[in-house]
Amino acid sequence: MTQPKALVLRAAGTNCDRETEHALQQAGFEAERVHVFRLMDDPAALKDYQFLVIPGGFSYGDDIASGKILANQMLHRLADALNEFVSADKLVLGICNGFQIMVKSGLLPWARVDAEQAHLDATLAWNECGHFIDRWVHLRADSDKCAFLPKGEVIALPIAHGEGRFVPRDQQVLQRLRDQDQIALRYVDAKGDAGGYPVNPNGSVDDIAGICDPTGRIMGLMPHPERFVEITHHPQWTRGHVRRADGRLFFECAYKYLGS
Amino acid sequence: MSRFLTRLLLTSVVILSMLLAASLAELASTEIWDPHGIALILIACLAGLTCVVIVAAAARRLRPPPQVPPPATDEPPPSPDPFASPAPQAQPKKEPPMPQPPQEGQPAPEQPADQAQAWMSEEGVQPVPINEEEQRALAEPPPPPVSQPGAASAASAPQADPVEVEPPVPPAEQAPQTAEPWVSEEGVQENVLAPTEAPEDTLRAAPAVVPTLPPPADAAMIPRIEIRPRQQFGDPHADGVLHQVRELGIRSVASIRSRRLFFLYGELSDDQAHRVARELLIDPVVEEYELTRMPEGSQVDQGAGVIEVHLKAGVMDPVAASTEQAIRDMGLDCRSVRTARRYELAGDVSADQCEAVARRLLANAVIEDVHFAAFTPAEMQGRGYELKITQVPIRDLDEEALLQLSKDGHLFLNLTEMKAIQDHYRSLEREPRDVELEMIAQTWSEHCVHKTFRSDVSYSGRPIPGGWGNEIPNMIKSTIFAATQKLNKPWCISVFQDNAGVIEFDDNHAVCFKVETHNHPSAIEPYGGASTGIGGVIRDPMGTGMGASPVANTDVFCFGPPDMKLDDVPKGVLHPRRVMRGVVSGVRDYGNRMGIPTVNGAVYFDERYLGNPLVFCGTIGLLPREKCFKDPRAGDVVLVVGGRTGRDGIHGATFSSGELTHSHETEFSHAVQIGNAITEKKMLDTIIQARDQGLYTAITDCGAGGLSSAVGEMGSELGAEVHLDRVPLKYNGLSYAEIWISEAQERMVLAVPQENLDRILKIFRDEGVEATVIGHYGTPDRHLRLFYNGTEVGDVDLEFLNEGLPRPTKQAVWDVKATPSPAPGVRDDYSDALLKILAEPNVASKEWIVRQYDHEVQGGSVIKPLVGVSEDGPGDAAVLRPVLGSSKAVVISCGMNPRLGDLDPYQSALHAIDEALRNALAVGGTLERTAILDNFCWGNCNKLDRMGSLVNAACACHDAAIAYGTPFVSGKDSLNNEFQTDTGETIAIPPTLLVSAISVIDDASKCVTADAKEAGNYLFVLGRTAPEMGGSHFLLAEGLSTGNDVPAVDLATNLKVMRALEAAIRAGCVRACHDLSEGGLAVAAAEMAFSGGLGVDINIQALPVRSMGVNPAALLFGESAGRFLVEVPQAKYGEFMRLVKDCPAGEVGRVTDTGRVVLRASRGKPLVDVSIDAAKKAWQGTFGE
Repeated sequence: MTQPKALVLRAAGTNCDRETEHALQQAGFEAERVHVFRLMDDPAALKDYQFLVIPGGFSYGDDIASGKILANQMLHRLADALNEFVSADKLVLGICNGFQIMVKSGLLPWARVDAEQAHLDATLAWNECGHFIDRWVHLRADSDKCAFLPKGEVIALPIAHGEGRFVPRDQQVLQRLRDQDQIALRYVDAKGDAGGYPVNPNGSVDDIAGICDPTGRIMGLMPHPERFVEITHHPQWTRGHVRRADGRLFFECAYKYLGS
Repeated sequence: MSRFLTRLLLTSVVILSMLLAASLAELASTEIWDPHGIALILIACLAGLTCVVIVAAAARRLRPPPQVPPPATDEPPPSPDPFASPAPQAQPKKEPPMPQPPQEGQPAPEQPADQAQAWMSEEGVQPVPINEEEQRALAEPPPPPVSQPGAASAASAPQADPVEVEPPVPPAEQAPQTAEPWVSEEGVQENVLAPTEAPEDTLRAAPAVVPTLPPPADAAMIPRIEIRPRQQFGDPHADGVLHQVRELGIRSVASIRSRRLFFLYGELSDDQAHRVARELLIDPVVEEYELTRMPEGSQVDQGAGVIEVHLKAGVMDPVAASTEQAIRDMGLDCRSVRTARRYELAGDVSADQCEAVARRLLANAVIEDVHFAAFTPAEMQGRGYELKITQVPIRDLDEEALLQLSKDGHLFLNLTEMKAIQDHYRSLEREPRDVELEMIAQTWSEHCVHKTFRSDVSYSGRPIPGGWGNEIPNMIKSTIFAATQKLNKPWCISVFQDNAGVIEFDDNHAVCFKVETHNHPSAIEPYGGASTGIGGVIRDPMGTGMGASPVANTDVFCFGPPDMKLDDVPKGVLHPRRVMRGVVSGVRDYGNRMGIPTVNGAVYFDERYLGNPLVFCGTIGLLPREKCFKDPRAGDVVLVVGGRTGRDGIHGATFSSGELTHSHETEFSHAVQIGNAITEKKMLDTIIQARDQGLYTAITDCGAGGLSSAVGEMGSELGAEVHLDRVPLKYNGLSYAEIWISEAQERMVLAVPQENLDRILKIFRDEGVEATVIGHYGTPDRHLRLFYNGTEVGDVDLEFLNEGLPRPTKQAVWDVKATPSPAPGVRDDYSDALLKILAEPNVASKEWIVRQYDHEVQGGSVIKPLVGVSEDGPGDAAVLRPVLGSSKAVVISCGMNPRLGDLDPYQSALHAIDEALRNALAVGGTLERTAILDNFCWGNCNKLDRMGSLVNAACACHDAAIAYGTPFVSGKDSLNNEFQTDTGETIAIPPTLLVSAISVIDDASKCVTADAKEAGNYLFVLGRTAPEMGGSHFLLAEGLSTGNDVPAVDLATNLKVMRALEAAIRAGCVRACHDLSEGGLAVAAAEMAFSGGLGVDINIQALPVRSMGVNPAALLFGESAGRFLVEVPQAKYGEFMRLVKDCPAGEVGRVTDTGRVVLRASRGKPLVDVSIDAAKKAWQGTFGE
């Protein structure tokens, strides 16, 4: 099999691109960090890749709101290329700021980049505590169709964000996400059960930490899988019970999906 | 200055005031910047500062009033908000009342001259002190609503009240302020020095009763977009503000709602403006908006409780800049954008309370204006600048006049230095030009050249331990530099010569480390000060060698007591809690946005930090081994990269070299810079690419001293020619001198060989980073020449600049009699004392800060700031792997103990170094590969005792570095941390030495943490406990007085202990290790136990002691240096014992599964017995979350 190619999209203020690239390489991808201006110069270049990863950071300083300006560029400068990419059998993963960008550009929840329609049905609002927070959380994979995690896995990952409270527009949207099995990841406790703060660290509706599109190939999540690809990343590794670097799952599953 | 001159000056003030008053009407009816207006103002400058203030303020008040009121009907009806929910109550009316017009058909009423006079006396003579007024507002029930801000309407607002209005004035329009008699070459006296803004009235003046302000006649109707959270989704920001309002003691505010405001300038149709609002500005799920059109510069009263916070003209607004770009990305034409925040307070809120909330919580007068009404600012416009070269007569000044010049020009130079400059210009047979004098003052400032540390010291008093004599030539060379030189470690690559100290990391990489302070700006504007502090220190590694990538940040703060009563906060000082919040948010927002993990830090509290909070920020960088040195060449172009230059930060370097006074806040408001992390991040991304392609020969950052210092340093051997008119500006109107000395953020200077220019410019252009050639290096005589539009405006002999500073001799005295602390009475039970110490602000959990920092970005985190089974226990040091995929790591730690600084500066410095090393060693650091950094923050070292303690500390640094074999590789000092209150009292900070350590280790997976791991494991204490208790937290928490009997640091023994510990960790004999510091053994034991969710049982009589008969309080809580509490697995007992046989080690007990912290003397009843839950609760309760 040819080595699948991953594009790590970066812009001014992206800051998790290197470790994301590293995690991709670790899983076997050929990964490349590409500035959004280059893609805007030549949107067709996107065709060369099988996996688009929008990493974390503060694209454009999160000015106006998190991810909004890069989403605006995607809506107005890259919509066609992105719509073509997602309609092919390819993968998209947005991590933290990447998730915010995906929600604000329409890539999630319905995989449609359209300025008129984007960002109407769901958002990532300010954390309930009102400020940035860095801590480790437990998560449960809840979707059968998500290409990045097997359903039922309970994993640990760090979060680091100020605007991560997932809010669907209304009950209908939430129901549609549930009905279409799009709720990929929920905040849970170590045993895999739901709980209030700090189990759900930001007040997300229905404890939602990540969602995928109706096909399961496009996923966004607030936690950072690329920050747990070594045992020593875990805050309790010195206690000696950490056996697996859970973040690797995402990249390994993606690799398997594209390789099969 | 002669008395005649003084009288002349006074007279001219009076005359000019009259003249000015008489001219006001005329001025008011003309454009203030027509030649007449300019002439008026320029003349006024002659009269001195007071008069200038009048002009400035008057000019701002007297904007031309409108001839015709904007008809209310012109306002387009607001389109229905497609997302509006029906719910929100009490929204502003859809059609806010339009500005109150002057009477129909009448010319605008002229500002009566006597009103300006009345205002003058109010502003000039009797500023209302912030605290009195606020305390009134806060403590008392609301006064009768006589002068309610925005009360009802203009109709009911008594017009006779002194009114403050804030028409927007671009910075260039501010009348020049300072009025030193600096003579331009044309012979016209003019002002060129500080573009000091007039004292801003929002903070200090009487309550700003805002009337409805008519906009200028020709004011454009600007789309004003108000964005609010939909009610059902809540408003976390407003809730946060409400919480703080309650904390202030204002109970009557029932609720607060927040709004984001955007103002769009340009030719946008309503449809287009709606599109921008709908698609770009709001979050359509949780927010809704309202679009109105308002005249530029208008202010509309909307009743009580409205507070709008607008950035002052000229202050960097990153959101506005990004929004402009995004609107263009949408294919729309938008000239510019401004933003603001709005709050609506509901409840029974008095005008004074509203005022207090605005000033104390929401706005900072240094950078922001407050309006108690709906305000629509005018578009920002700069004014052109006309070249006027200014000379400063210095050759004929007598001593008094020289000093006066230094003072008035904010040069902060002493007489000897002024005379050296005078001699230099006498020999040149010309007068200096303003920019030359500025440059010399900046280069010679304490901040840039560390005069005090380089002085020859003549010391008397208690002999300095370690055999130091009384004459110490070039103090820093004899102490700190000397230690590094003697140690001569081969892994030190570049020390004390570049922007950061550089040491080896692995075969391919070096790491560098720099810690800076940003104290003075943080005192005035905590958020901006701290964020530019971190922004600035990040640029140090970026400007080290050929440029390093920042991989970690550290931060250490010192604040006044957070629980201080409002009444006790002196005038001109922000409440410590506000300072703390602002500083933490500033560091958070900049560091997080840059994507640099903040991994280590500390916070200390002391009343003497009230007026001088300390903000230490550090950055570690990673750079290729072969890129550690610069090599600029003649002919290379001077390329300035990154942000644009504005008036921000002018005089920062000289400002930070002076003492703060209660009036500094207004005088030096321009010294505060506002940062934009993303500009810096973009610059970093591109610079690293250019570095790796080898396209430049040298790089340095624009820090204190701006271009002046960056180009001056880089060109010190070559000379340079710089064309200041080519420097990209944020707005027009900057003079050449301002451009040269501006400390605007996010700029770097590169030396680029001509042949690489195209390639390097493409790299920057490709990612939207501005890069501009402003000159070249190399002049025949190695002078620095400055030009503006081809005219020479400055010529500085770099040899004089760099070598001409006279090295002073400083007198120093430290003579304090030994006074032992009174022995604390022996008790049966010390459990309460332990809980009290755990809750001490210095000791208590800082989790609320740590969690706001991203400490894991870049993917190298190994040991985080919080450890243990619940991930909330204290870590000793941070460990990270800066090279992805490699197990090689750096350990980062710090040590500081200002409580000891007063008592014994020598021992205090030893303690700080010992603590930094202990922390590094506790997690697995290697002493042999550890470098340290010093940051001294002291009071005014012209005072003998301050200088005396500084010398003691510097000598101690030498002695400890030599003893432990850890070289200093970088350092910085911030002196003059004294604050003069309005009552004339001077408060000096406690002598504060921060020592930061960086240790390079081979295998990150060998590291250990402080949390107890397994019941049954042995506990050892390594290191000796002394009986002394001076400066201990036990005495502090118990409210007992302390003597100066600081436990002496036993360097030789501690070295053995550290080496043994290191060997034990390497051998895998250590499951947990925690250093003993504040609160001694008992606190360390409690922290180890509750972090691990286990218990400990410790016999304090097994502690190794220095002498017999140590008081139980000293065994439990004494703060002797060089000690560790170590958990050893049963299987490793023998091996551990072997490894520690040469150092004092006591087997003190076991880890238990009881969940209790038990410390006892022998087998008796426990002296301490508390549950880990109680201990943790005490430790976490002080700051909560």
